[in-house]
Amino acid sequence: MMQPKQCLYDPSYEHDACGVGFVANLDGRKSHLIVERGVEVLINLLHRGALGADKNTGDGAGLLVQIPDRFLREQLKRSAIELPQEGTYGVGMVFLPMAEPARAACRKALEEAADDEGLVFLGWRNVPTDPSAVGEQARLEMPFVAQCFVDGGGGSGEDLERRLYVMRKQAERRVASLSGADAGMFYVCSLSARTIVYKGLMIATQVAGFFPDLRDPAFESAVALVHQRYSTNTFPSWRLAQPFRYLAHNGEINTLRGNVNWMRSRERNLQSPLFGEDIKKIVPVIEPGGSDSAALDNALELLANGGRGLHHCMAMLIPQAWGSRYPMGPDLRGFFEYHAGIMEPWDGPAAVTFTDGRHIGAMLDRNGLRPARYTVTRDGFMVFASEAGVLDIAPEDVREKGALRPGQMLLVDLESKRLLKDYEIKMRLARRQPYRRWVDENRIAIHGLFAAVAPVAPDAESLPRRQRLFGYTREDLAVVLGPMASTGHEPVGSMGADEALAVLSEKPQLLTWYFKQCFAQVTNPPIDPIREALVMSLMTFVGCSDQILAETPGQARLLKLQHPILTNDDVERIRNLNQPDFECKTLPIGFPPEGGGAGLRAALDRLGRMAEQAVAAGHRVIILSDRGLDPSEAPIPALLAVAAVNTHLVNAGKRTTVGIVIETGEAREVMHIAVLLGYGASAVNPYLAFETVAHLAATGALSGKVSVVKAMENVIEAFCQGLLKVMSKMGISTLRSYRNAQVFQAVGLSRAFVDEYFPGTGSQVEGIGLDEVAVEAAARHGAAWRPVAGASNLLPVGGHYRLNLDGERHLWTPESVSLLQRASRENDPTLYRKYAETINDQSRRQCTLRGLFTFRKTTPVPLDEVEPAAEIVKRFVTGAMSFGSISREAHETLAIAMNRLGGMSNSGEGGEDAERYKPLPNGDSRCSAIKQIASGRFGVTAEYLVNARDLQIKIAQGAKPGEGGQLPGHKVNREIARTRNATPGVSLISPPPHHDIYSIEDIKQLIYDLKNANPEARVSVKLVSEIGVGTVAAGVAKGHADLILISGYDGGTGASPLSSLRHAGAPWELGLAETQQTLVLNDLRSRVRLQVDGQIKTGRDVAIGALLGAEEFGFATSALVVCGCVMMRVCHKNTCPVGVATQDPELRKKFTGRPEHVVNFLTMLAEETREIMASLGFRRMDEMIGRADLLEKNGAIDFWKARGLDFTAMFHRPKAPPEATRQTARQDHGVEESMDWLLLPKVAPAIESGRKVDLDMPIRNVHRSVGVMISSRIAKRHGAKGLPEDTLTLRFRGAAGQSFGAFGSRGMTLILEGEANDYLCKGLSGARVIVKPYPGAAYDPGDNIIAGNVILYGATGGELFINGCVGERFAIRNSGARVVVEGVGDHGCEYMTGGRAVILGPTGVNFGAGMSGGIAYVLDEGGDFDNRCNLEMIDLDLIEGDDDERELRSMVEKHLHYTGSRKAASLLERWDAVLPRFIKVFPMEYKRVLGQMSREDAETHRQEVVNN
Amino acid sequence: MEVPRKDPGYRPAEERVRDFGEVERRLTDHDLREQAARCMDCGIPFCHAYGCPVRNLIPEFNDAAYHGNWREALELLLAGSCFPEFTGRICPAPCETACVLGINEPAVTIRQLELSIVEKGFERGYVVPRVPAVRRSERVAVIGSGPAGLAAADVLNRIGCHVTVYEDAAKPGGILRYGIPDFKLEKWVVERRVKLMEAEGVVFETGVRAGEDVSARFLRERFDAIVLTGGAREPRDLKLPGRELDGVHYAMDFLTRQNQLNGGEAPSGPEIVAKDKVVIVIGGGDTGSDCLGTSWRQGARYCYQFEIMPRPPDERSPHTPWPMWPNMMRASSSHKEGGERRWCISTKRFLGRDGRLTGLRGVEIEWEWQEGANAPAPVEKEGSEFTVECDLVLLAMGFVGPGPNKLVDTLGVERDGRGTIRRDADNMTSVPGVFVAGDMTLGASLVVRAIQDGKNAAAGVLRRFGG
Repeated sequence: MMQPKQCLYDPSYEHDACGVGFVANLDGRKSHLIVERGVEVLINLLHRGALGADKNTGDGAGLLVQIPDRFLREQLKRSAIELPQEGTYGVGMVFLPMAEPARAACRKALEEAADDEGLVFLGWRNVPTDPSAVGEQARLEMPFVAQCFVDGGGGSGEDLERRLYVMRKQAERRVASLSGADAGMFYVCSLSARTIVYKGLMIATQVAGFFPDLRDPAFESAVALVHQRYSTNTFPSWRLAQPFRYLAHNGEINTLRGNVNWMRSRERNLQSPLFGEDIKKIVPVIEPGGSDSAALDNALELLANGGRGLHHCMAMLIPQAWGSRYPMGPDLRGFFEYHAGIMEPWDGPAAVTFTDGRHIGAMLDRNGLRPARYTVTRDGFMVFASEAGVLDIAPEDVREKGALRPGQMLLVDLESKRLLKDYEIKMRLARRQPYRRWVDENRIAIHGLFAAVAPVAPDAESLPRRQRLFGYTREDLAVVLGPMASTGHEPVGSMGADEALAVLSEKPQLLTWYFKQCFAQVTNPPIDPIREALVMSLMTFVGCSDQILAETPGQARLLKLQHPILTNDDVERIRNLNQPDFECKTLPIGFPPEGGGAGLRAALDRLGRMAEQAVAAGHRVIILSDRGLDPSEAPIPALLAVAAVNTHLVNAGKRTTVGIVIETGEAREVMHIAVLLGYGASAVNPYLAFETVAHLAATGALSGKVSVVKAMENVIEAFCQGLLKVMSKMGISTLRSYRNAQVFQAVGLSRAFVDEYFPGTGSQVEGIGLDEVAVEAAARHGAAWRPVAGASNLLPVGGHYRLNLDGERHLWTPESVSLLQRASRENDPTLYRKYAETINDQSRRQCTLRGLFTFRKTTPVPLDEVEPAAEIVKRFVTGAMSFGSISREAHETLAIAMNRLGGMSNSGEGGEDAERYKPLPNGDSRCSAIKQIASGRFGVTAEYLVNARDLQIKIAQGAKPGEGGQLPGHKVNREIARTRNATPGVSLISPPPHHDIYSIEDIKQLIYDLKNANPEARVSVKLVSEIGVGTVAAGVAKGHADLILISGYDGGTGASPLSSLRHAGAPWELGLAETQQTLVLNDLRSRVRLQVDGQIKTGRDVAIGALLGAEEFGFATSALVVCGCVMMRVCHKNTCPVGVATQDPELRKKFTGRPEHVVNFLTMLAEETREIMASLGFRRMDEMIGRADLLEKNGAIDFWKARGLDFTAMFHRPKAPPEATRQTARQDHGVEESMDWLLLPKVAPAIESGRKVDLDMPIRNVHRSVGVMISSRIAKRHGAKGLPEDTLTLRFRGAAGQSFGAFGSRGMTLILEGEANDYLCKGLSGARVIVKPYPGAAYDPGDNIIAGNVILYGATGGELFINGCVGERFAIRNSGARVVVEGVGDHGCEYMTGGRAVILGPTGVNFGAGMSGGIAYVLDEGGDFDNRCNLEMIDLDLIEGDDDERELRSMVEKHLHYTGSRKAASLLERWDAVLPRFIKVFPMEYKRVLGQMSREDAETHRQEVVNN
Repeated sequence: MEVPRKDPGYRPAEERVRDFGEVERRLTDHDLREQAARCMDCGIPFCHAYGCPVRNLIPEFNDAAYHGNWREALELLLAGSCFPEFTGRICPAPCETACVLGINEPAVTIRQLELSIVEKGFERGYVVPRVPAVRRSERVAVIGSGPAGLAAADVLNRIGCHVTVYEDAAKPGGILRYGIPDFKLEKWVVERRVKLMEAEGVVFETGVRAGEDVSARFLRERFDAIVLTGGAREPRDLKLPGRELDGVHYAMDFLTRQNQLNGGEAPSGPEIVAKDKVVIVIGGGDTGSDCLGTSWRQGARYCYQFEIMPRPPDERSPHTPWPMWPNMMRASSSHKEGGERRWCISTKRFLGRDGRLTGLRGVEIEWEWQEGANAPAPVEKEGSEFTVECDLVLLAMGFVGPGPNKLVDTLGVERDGRGTIRRDADNMTSVPGVFVAGDMTLGASLVVRAIQDGKNAAAGVLRRFGG
């Protein structure tokens, strides 16, 4: 059984992902071979799955096949069951409880359900199983597996499937009403007349062993769809193994909560002539307790049984991107637009394989974030899988090798015996109905909507009062709205957020601020909303039909909003729409401020009822408005009003058809807009924000002197961009699916309050409720209408972003900063103690959750028995701050200090000068012990990796989890450029995701890569605290990380949009406690160490971190303060006045930090820790790890809002032996089994003495990271210069596994005959790699995919020649490698900063996005290359100069030489004729830096891409 | 930092010593805006949150000044200091020594900006009487019209209380009027403020000794609260042989007399004039320096200033690192007008003839750490005794406390060991309803601290009134 929710661990945050695949006979011929091959595919995807704590229990595997009619008839011969004709009976594959009588009761439920549906129940077959084949944990939870047979009573086809569907739903309902826990084991894997699912809690290799059925030669199918699961938990769950009834999914649905909510709202009103009255019986459509994939399967099942074809349903559920930037015909766009009004996308990374027994297909999400490769043979056999090479197929038999591109689908129609490609599928869909016309004719047209913005004329007289009414501050004007209005961008800040949590602030807080944004980490990637904007959409509809099973023109009767920010005029336009079938109702949202929580509740109840009445009366738009409220009424917090109405309508089943527009004076930050939409608003009119900026503009208070209209446009733009960022950090592409997806967690709101108005949102420590919310709203009302006599006319200051004595409290104050600086410079323990006191004592000035903790009384030990400070400081690390973000002086000071202490400093993501690997004459070392691997992969070379004690994969950073970053060109000086392998003056962009981590199994691969690159180093994974981080950490632990870092949201020295700085992520106390508890519950804790950071400032913080489960502790801000930082918070401006965060040579001279200051600080801090240890009775820190039971809430703190906080769940300590609550064992990385390990003795002569070595060997997809370990040996011995060219030649034949040739060092030549998977040559560091098809392959390499996605990611040097086409994101972040390839997928050369790419064939869309350096030469045969480029940063030039031509030609010649490419040969033959067809992709910045831009052109002011 | 700090500087010494007018010049508008632009708008504005006792919103008014939004700047300025026209002239500006720029560059000229903002406000008519819209019922008596009293009265009046200020001198202003010389703060500036407060409804009763001319009982009965702001006017004496000689005076008597003359009042005390005399000021502080400047203006032959403490370092002492108030050598405008400053000087006796002062016998000392002591002690340097001929000695060694006060005694207000008035967090004394602010409770301190303390006392009074 899955563990129930306990303490902070909540199973609803589990994630899973995996490997998927299918095999099929295109002609529909059933054979046992297909089943065997299915199992073989499964086994070859084994490495994409994971093992639990007992190392033998997998997360789940299985296969979905056609009903093996012949086999079943044989099996049933001896029984009383007589099967009717094939296709007219249904087979159920059922998990039953082991124990009687529960098993009998469950059987009975199914039998009765069959009866009820008019089907004839034929009987049961106990499925033979071999429990010894599976792991111990799996065995403990093993269900009884049985098959049941149902006579369709003559029915067949869709009709029978539908009846079986209803029958299953009815059986589930019956079982749900049974008492007893055993019944929970009941689960129908499949019940169909066409397909059957064999699955369970096992690993691929165990499937056939467990189910002898699968080994029977009579067991035949034309298709086998397979799945190997990798889950973040280890709690055995048989039912969550895949495939489900129709599909298997690799990836994750990010918008699940919204999708489920929408479905719940619709299901009451579903109608379908096919189901008739039965439709009532299938509710709830989404089975509770399932995974995201299970929910998707449920949705597909409903739609498919509702009459649409599988491919049609999938195109609705996971639509491709169809925005205006996509080349697409109007009919297809019409199809997608029409369906967008019916079903919001299920958004997230997804490779889905699906089948109903007659069709089998696969599709990719719009971002193409999962690999999907296929091979079709000449004799009509097809294999599709997450990797190439999962089956051995003779090259000469291959007809086609391909890959799905983003948003593409393929479908095998077993009846017509055809393989349909994306184009054909979509064209057929587009023309099923005149969708385009339906959309055009029915769309609600509002004249002038979203037309030119009209200037708002603010009422200056009442403006200040209205601003007070909504809690406006001077900061809102000066720091938030002003800059947005001037620039159109959200403002940027740095140095974290050290102000009090909303629930601990004495100033009235907006309800929004009690929410924290969630973000994607590890289990799915965030998206780049700037460079990959073309997949994103802010378009939304109002007035959707809730009849998802119908297909009528009327369903296109919708109001389409291009984006959700409405101007004041737009609201009026909608309000006065005057269309009889599309009326609009305005509901005021006020409450009596003196009425307290009860008054607020009454107002909300009334609001809900009025909304329901409005919907009942046929209104299609509800405008919730706090405009012009009576002075006796206070505005209900806009978020609360929206959430209350939304929840009320969802519960009433009336949500879908009505749009909720919120007209509010409150919204003025991106966060406000994001939360309103996330809890169900369709659109927001921030009227007071508009008036405020209009007033600012009119009074000339905006920099740049923008006009009123421009200011308003800018604010809209900033809101939209900010919103895209919020969505993208969660990996959500479209607003339609973001709306209502509730991707937030609450911090400091009571469970009861959240459950009532924000159901489904996590809130871990309780907190305030309606009463307190009412008090805060009433306080704003009072300030507006009853200001204190004599008070200044100024708005309150705010003080969130800059300290102000009248504003929000901060922990960093002049006192704490100066005391810390003095204490550490003078090495004065008395001053340190004073400093620590100002931070630790929060009894009167609460800031942090831990400030509210106190230690329980225990028996102390004498201080001198406690381990010395010198031991404790070894657990200390400094935070990841790149050289580039901070000055060289600061960077090296920290490194020297930490090396002296025996702790570790962190390189950050900027690479490191190899000079620093050598010790200084005085014995100091400037080498950062921790080398960070971040998404930009700057300077990540083989040499960099071998010079580390810790390799840290930065998944997220506290300041801006889920976002990328950018070092603008003007900051990239010569020195920084060198360490980052970049060109001085060229911008460097860090993408939001690691492009080799889109899913949980990917991180396992990256960890494996890094372990190969440096087996001695620990591999750590940096996560940011958020609800559910514990389950992510469990997944990461299963991926063999040695250490997991949990960062607080509040830390982070980097530049970040203000809303991310404050509102994304959670305090580390929560994340750390959840992680510790989850890992212990999973029995994974002993193999992984935990580290914590985020505004850790004192020994008390360290002690609390240890008690909550951390073994190591990170310091960043405090270490910088010791080095002189005075919290200017201008790190992003290069103007740091103390030389810490600047590259300006003049300012750097002002740096006064010294390593001894840092040593002093951390030593004094360790002494403080020791004193706490002594008082708690601990002699060694190991003893205190995870002893959260020693913490309690400080009862002396009586702050009114803090009273409701409850930390019981945080302080829960799962039962486990001590050695299972901290790291006591090592991970088994399996590097000794890698191919390189075996090769090492053979290549040693080359590495040791430079003797030439030439080896030849076969390779398979299970051989991963081939070449990495050998390369690292070279780097270790010879550094970056490597070996002389061609010293070591390795030849392989076959399908190489992932990361082939990664980090390859100079002197290696790798030749691969066959094909390659993802991450080929990532981090290439000088090696030459050649990939060409199998000798004798019959297919044309120019038309076929030979290698996977994300090739050359972060390569810094070397050469790659690929005779064939490759997947998405080719040469991404390449900064030095030279490559020739014959065709690439979408997003080619994205973020490239150096090197050369020659592409001798087609490219996908978005080529050159974020490309700031290097050059690509592209053969534009179709003449439409520019259409597929992202032209924001690049120029497309002709090949004109001799130099260009020479370079291009020599690369093509080399390509021919190394690969024998036919294409290269033919191009060279016709060189003069083809040369004009080549286009030189020349990044503008690079051109300027190289001095190849005309002076006038170079002087044109170009806005640097704002990212941050 | 592209723009260097620019100070307006003083009028030429030879010119300024001939009159009592303000010595400091003003920056041009252009310069002011440039100087304002030097403000870095720090994440932690140490100026505001550490340096400035009245929590002036310095980065914000700097920004407004930089943009030339003088009205907005004034609004922001007035949210902190009640009387920026005083602090803008005479404050030693702990904001500037806490300025982040000051870590390694000359700090922002915050005081100049403050002064300019408020003076522009007056010039442009932005500063107008703001009579409270609604009067409350409560009545408050403020005893004393120095900076603390004025601040308390101002805040209480703004919130609508009926405020009467009792002042025993002829005119309101306390130290602002009678202590600080015109060359630093001209009297019309004080008068302008008093007039403004009167226009806003504050009643000033001058020449009235509270506790004597009006009884404590009367005050208690008539007023709902009393705020004591009588200052710390008891000067520290130097009881040495010759102290009784004619020509040895308290500095404050000397300064008050000149201020009365400048203000058109008849001098109240003995005639103390420096004209043609050699003047020795004992005490190296601001009062001493004011004596110096006043002496020059009266036509002194020569001036000395003796200080018992050692000469501070020229740069910020390492013991008072940024952002602390730096121990360092400072020279006021008066110092720049001439004379001789000596440090580590201890006076042994005053010399005289016929009851008249003729000279001073002093000795050089060294400060030495004695075993077990927690502070260094002065030790005379052997053979360093010396005599200086002089005609006037002004004792400017600080103030010991509020001194005897009939009102305080009658009210029964408790003092602490140092003689200053004991109070709680709301500035309320041991007697409910009686509050205290300024030097009377702080001991002699800065004008700016007194202003803040007056504001605090007003807030305390308001809390007692139930908000």
